[in-house]
Amino acid sequence: MVEINGHLVKWEEGMTVKRLLEIMNYTFPMIIVRVNGEAVNKEEWDTYPVPRGAKVQALHQIAGG
Amino acid sequence: MESAVNRFKQSRKVLAEYTYEPAALVRGYTGKTLFVDLSTGLIKSKEVTRTMKDIFIGGRGFGLWYLWQAVNPQTKWNDPENEIIISSGPVGGITQYPGAGKSLVVTLSPLTNSVIDSNVGGHFGPYLKFSGWDALEIYGKSDKDVFIIIDGDSGKVTIEEAVLDTTACHLISEILTEAFAHSESDKKNISVVSAGSGADHTLIGILNFSFYDPHRKVVRLKQAGRGGTGTVFRDKKLRALVVRFSGLKAKSNNPADFERIVAAGKRINREIRELDDVQNRMRQVGTASLLTVMNDYDLLPVHNFQYGSHVDGPKISTEVFRSRFTQNVFDGCWHGCTLSCCKAVDGFELKTGPFKGEKVVVDGPEYENAAGLGSNCGIFDPDCIIEANFYCDTYGIDTISTGTLVAFIMECYERGIINKEITGGLELNFGNKEAFMELIHQMGRGEGFGKIAGLGVRRMKKIFSEQYGADSNFLQDIGMEAKGLEYSQYLSKESLAQQGGYGLANKGPQHDEAWLIFMDMVNKQLPTFEDKAEALHYFPMFRTWFGLQGLCKLPWNDIEPEDNKQTDEPAKVPAHVQNYVDIYNGVTGQNIDKDELILQSERVYNFQRVFNLRMGFGTRKDDAVPYRSLGPVTVEEYESRAERYDSQLKELGLNVEEMSTGEKLKALRKHREEMYEKLVDVVYQRRGWTKNGIPRLETLRRLGIDFPEVVAVVEKHL
Ligand code: SF4
Repeated sequence: MVEINGHLVKWEEGMTVKRLLEIMNYTFPMIIVRVNGEAVNKEEWDTYPVPRGAKVQALHQIAGG
Repeated sequence: MESAVNRFKQSRKVLAEYTYEPAALVRGYTGKTLFVDLSTGLIKSKEVTRTMKDIFIGGRGFGLWYLWQAVNPQTKWNDPENEIIISSGPVGGITQYPGAGKSLVVTLSPLTNSVIDSNVGGHFGPYLKFSGWDALEIYGKSDKDVFIIIDGDSGKVTIEEAVLDTTACHLISEILTEAFAHSESDKKNISVVSAGSGADHTLIGILNFSFYDPHRKVVRLKQAGRGGTGTVFRDKKLRALVVRFSGLKAKSNNPADFERIVAAGKRINREIRELDDVQNRMRQVGTASLLTVMNDYDLLPVHNFQYGSHVDGPKISTEVFRSRFTQNVFDGCWHGCTLSCCKAVDGFELKTGPFKGEKVVVDGPEYENAAGLGSNCGIFDPDCIIEANFYCDTYGIDTISTGTLVAFIMECYERGIINKEITGGLELNFGNKEAFMELIHQMGRGEGFGKIAGLGVRRMKKIFSEQYGADSNFLQDIGMEAKGLEYSQYLSKESLAQQGGYGLANKGPQHDEAWLIFMDMVNKQLPTFEDKAEALHYFPMFRTWFGLQGLCKLPWNDIEPEDNKQTDEPAKVPAHVQNYVDIYNGVTGQNIDKDELILQSERVYNFQRVFNLRMGFGTRKDDAVPYRSLGPVTVEEYESRAERYDSQLKELGLNVEEMSTGEKLKALRKHREEMYEKLVDVVYQRRGWTKNGIPRLETLRRLGIDFPEVVAVVEKHL
């Protein structure tokens, strides 16, 4: 399992940040991602691995409305 | 058009006249406000006092202060004593920083019977100020339809009567702009405030504030939408206000430190230029940028707030509206607003109603309109949404209240609470576009079931239960209003902080006080009650500040500096808070910091809470919310998110496998209602209020609003 914003998601072999965000349907364009506290730039989402048991924070930069 | 303009011009008759020397602006203020009594025809100038500037600042603050003087606890919205106050604010009217052209409207609302404030674009507020007036205070009632004309060029204010061939706001604004402009290039110097036929026939009437769009060569409209301000306007027999001012300059506000304002403007304008296309794309789609996001995150109101997304959501997505909006034109509702988010659909051919077959420019739809008039009513047809948006605006009815109240009617219709006999033959099922449009036309004409609909959700609940035998408890659960005002278009069920954001808002459930859904529900940044309470203190106070200054909230956080993510509190957008400190100090010559900024708001916010108290509201019971804003009311709603709800019950130690959905609903309700009450306790405490929601005397003293008349109101409740 991996944890993202308090939700538990089944870990997959070769899971990347991009894949995890897809599973969560996190489509918002301005998200700050941290994997185990490490900031991951948007350009790296495609390749950055999410290890089993990781704690991921996906901070949506939106306070709109 | 030409004949209507001529008829108007030729029939003008001055009923009262006042000439004045427009006061010079000093650091954002003229120091004068304009008082007009429609009962007697008295027009006079009033001095802005030191207390007004120090405590109430401007805009909404001035409105609240004047209204407080004018009314007493027995005053009703349609008494002559009720005033409409329109004011910009000290920063209002600058052109070097985006979003600085707002007007604030304050009055007693026919929906809530208490104070309402509405923040609106268009050019009226700044032009009023540059014409010599920090605020316009309209008192009394006329016995015939009248216009108030403020000519800031010649220094003349008149109350006039004249023949106007139409009650449609888009035409009123056009006719009056034509009538008062000396030439095509002079049209930009005119702004009109108007109410339409919908304001005569409903309690959800709006005020349309105009500005001239020189690119399209049309008059555009922005709406003071919430709370029935237009209904009060028409009750006073006001047809329209017109201001003309032709001397706008970069330094019209006569600021203390122009360079400081320019520097802040340069910073944010660069961000907008470089980052808007990869952030919220406000210049391309305006607030419709939220449509796809809300549907994806299960937050879009669907079928009267029952659900948060729909398979047809993509039919009304951001991209769909982007393709309808004209691109690459300046769509700022005030000079210098580079965020330029007031998108429009050009050449839209209307299919229904009095203007059927005509091609018009439609302002919007913004997110609220598309969600309220769309998904919430089960309408997933962009053309129908654009058409409804146009007619709501030109009839002068609030798109947000309309969306929420029609959604309520549709649910009642589908559940058999009301039927075809009651609706006069309208089959008001979710998604029935023809019936939906006809109901809007009926509200505009004051006919049929439209007359009932236009009373708003609170009154309909009473009518449906008293006259048609509906279960009043069920209606209370599903009727999305609080304090008498209809909910705006976000699904708060899964965010306790947002439930408080709506329920604890001074004027009723409008999201302009606090919009915490993502911080709370998605980002999980507010895990404890104390975190939520802190957010429900800070954000409502911060957002109140825009309304004191004549500012728009959107450039605060709909564009963010690239390094915002590295700051301690990205949700506050600290660099932009500093910009606001800079432009306020730059205009007024004061030296506030970000904490004093919050204090300015806190004073006015608490004063408004006491004002509610004075009018017979403003206690804990008035902060109650319909259960649907907290959780699932029906079995279908529960089952649509069963996994989420079941796991919450499991966390409470319940064995969900052995429970029926009915039992689970009950257990979840008990839990969620307790959570809401606990949140209310913590927020009240953070705000310095008693358990009954009354600002404590020490809070009033700390804020310097312990005036004897304020203390007297509060003491009765302590
Ligand atoms: S951001 Fe949009 S609504 Fe706000 S002032 Fe600018 S154009 Fe008007």
